[in-house]
Amino acid sequence: MNADNKTYARYAEKRAKKSPVLQNCIRAFTVGGAICSVGHALRTLWSAAGLSEDNSGMMASVTLIFAAVLLTGFGRFDEIAKYAGAGTLVPITGFANAVAATAIESRSEGLVAGVGAKLFTVAGPVIVYGVSAGAIYGAVYFVLTKLF
Amino acid sequence: MRKPFKLKNKVYIAASASAAGRDEAAGPLGDLFDVTDTADNRFGEDTWEKAESAMQRLALDAALRRAGIGAEEIDALFAGDLLDQCVSSNYAHAESGIPYLGLYGACSTAAEGMILASLACEAGLGTCAAVTSSHFCSAERQFRFPLEYGGQRTPTSQWTVTAAGAFIISRERRAGGVLPRVTEIMPGRIVDRGISDLSNMGAAMAPAAADTLLGYFESGGEPRDFDLIVTGDLGREGSDILRDLCAASGLDIAPRHADCGLMIFDGCSDKHAGGSGCGCSAAVMASDVLKNVRNGTLCNVLFVGTGALMSPLTVNQGASIPGIAHLVHITGEEV
Repeated sequence: MNADNKTYARYAEKRAKKSPVLQNCIRAFTVGGAICSVGHALRTLWSAAGLSEDNSGMMASVTLIFAAVLLTGFGRFDEIAKYAGAGTLVPITGFANAVAATAIESRSEGLVAGVGAKLFTVAGPVIVYGVSAGAIYGAVYFVLTKLF
Repeated sequence: MRKPFKLKNKVYIAASASAAGRDEAAGPLGDLFDVTDTADNRFGEDTWEKAESAMQRLALDAALRRAGIGAEEIDALFAGDLLDQCVSSNYAHAESGIPYLGLYGACSTAAEGMILASLACEAGLGTCAAVTSSHFCSAERQFRFPLEYGGQRTPTSQWTVTAAGAFIISRERRAGGVLPRVTEIMPGRIVDRGISDLSNMGAAMAPAAADTLLGYFESGGEPRDFDLIVTGDLGREGSDILRDLCAASGLDIAPRHADCGLMIFDGCSDKHAGGSGCGCSAAVMASDVLKNVRNGTLCNVLFVGTGALMSPLTVNQGASIPGIAHLVHITGEEV
C-alpha cells in the first residue's frame, strides 16, 4: 500500500464512528449472564427431575439450543442478538442460531445442495477449531498425566 | 482520456419508474415509488432471487406504461444487479423478448446503464431501457450472513436497499412538458485507496466519487451551477468523506450535494450509515430526482452513481475494495 493510501486508510478509520463498546459490553454481560443463569436453573430442574449430574448438564444445553433454534425459526433471535451482541453469540445459543439461520436460508436450494452443503458455513470454524483445540488439549493432558 | 462526453443528439429520459420493499415504502420517499410490497418483500415469489427479478419486471412495466410504449419498441435493454452472474436481471427479462445486455457495476449499475443506454441512443438506436435492482435479502445471503443470524452491525455499515428502478431512454419526444435530458456522461475510473473494511463501503467509494467530480469540473463549471449533485450510495460516512476530499482540492460541493443512500432512509431507524445497493440510486433517481426535474423543481442535476467493486472472496484474501463512480449530467428541457 502506498503512503497516500495508508494516510487515507488511517483518516477513514479515525473518523469512522465507533461501536458503543461500553454499552455493548454491559448488554452482553447482562443478557449473556441471564442466559447462563437460565442454563443453571435448567440444570437444577433437570436434576430435580431425576437426571444424573452429567445428563442434567447436557439436557440444560439441549434445552438452550432448542430455545435458540425455535426463536430463530420465529424470526425473533436476531432481534434479541442485535441488542445483546456477544451476550447471545458466545453461549451455546449463538452456535445454535448460526446453524439454524443457515438451514432456513439455504432451504430454497434443496436439502442436499442447500441445507446439507451450507449448514456449517457460519458455524464451521467453531467446530473445526473447537474439535482441534479439544484434541490438542487431550494430547497434552495424556502426556502430562503419563509423565507426572 | 478522462473527460465528460457531450451528447450531440437530444437524448431524453422519456419515463422512469420504481418498485420498492417494505422499509423503503415506510421511508420518506415511500409515496413516490410506483410499486411497493409492504407485506413481506417477496413480491408474490417464493425465493428472494425471484422477488428481485419481479421488482425489475414491475419497474420496467410501469416505466413502459408511463412512456406509453410496448416492450417491442425497446431496441436494447441494459440491466444489472448485485447477484452472481446477474441472475436477477437475466431471469427478469428472459421472457420480455427485448434485446438484452447484462451489466455489473455493483451499486453504480444504474448510472452505468443510463450511460450505455444514452450512448446507444446517441449512436442511432431509437429507444433503450436501463433497469437495475437490489434486494436486501438476496444481497445479505450472498455478501454477508443469513437473514436470521444474530449479529450486530457497526455504525459505518450500510443497508442494502430493496428496490428497482427503470429508465426509458429515447431520442423520441412523446410526452409534453419538461423532460429530463442526458446532456453529458463521464465513465469513472477505478479508484482503490486501500480500504478493506466491508462495513465501511462509504469510505471505499468516496475517493472514486471525488475523482470523478474533480475530473468533471476540471473541464469547467463549478458546483453552484447545479441545482443538485446527487451521489448513489455513499451513505453518511462516504458523503462526509467526499465533501472533505473535494474541499481539500478546492471544490465546495457541500451546498449542492445529496446522497440517494441518505435520502431513501432519512429519519429511519436501524439503517446505520444509510442505504446502498444497485436499487438505491435507481429507485431514488427514478422516483424523487427525475420527478423533480419533470416538474421543474430541479433543472440541472449531476448524478454520480457510486459502486464498491468487491467480492467477499477477494476481501477475505486480503484485497482492498476498489470503488467506481460514473457521472450523468441531466438537464430539464421543455419539449
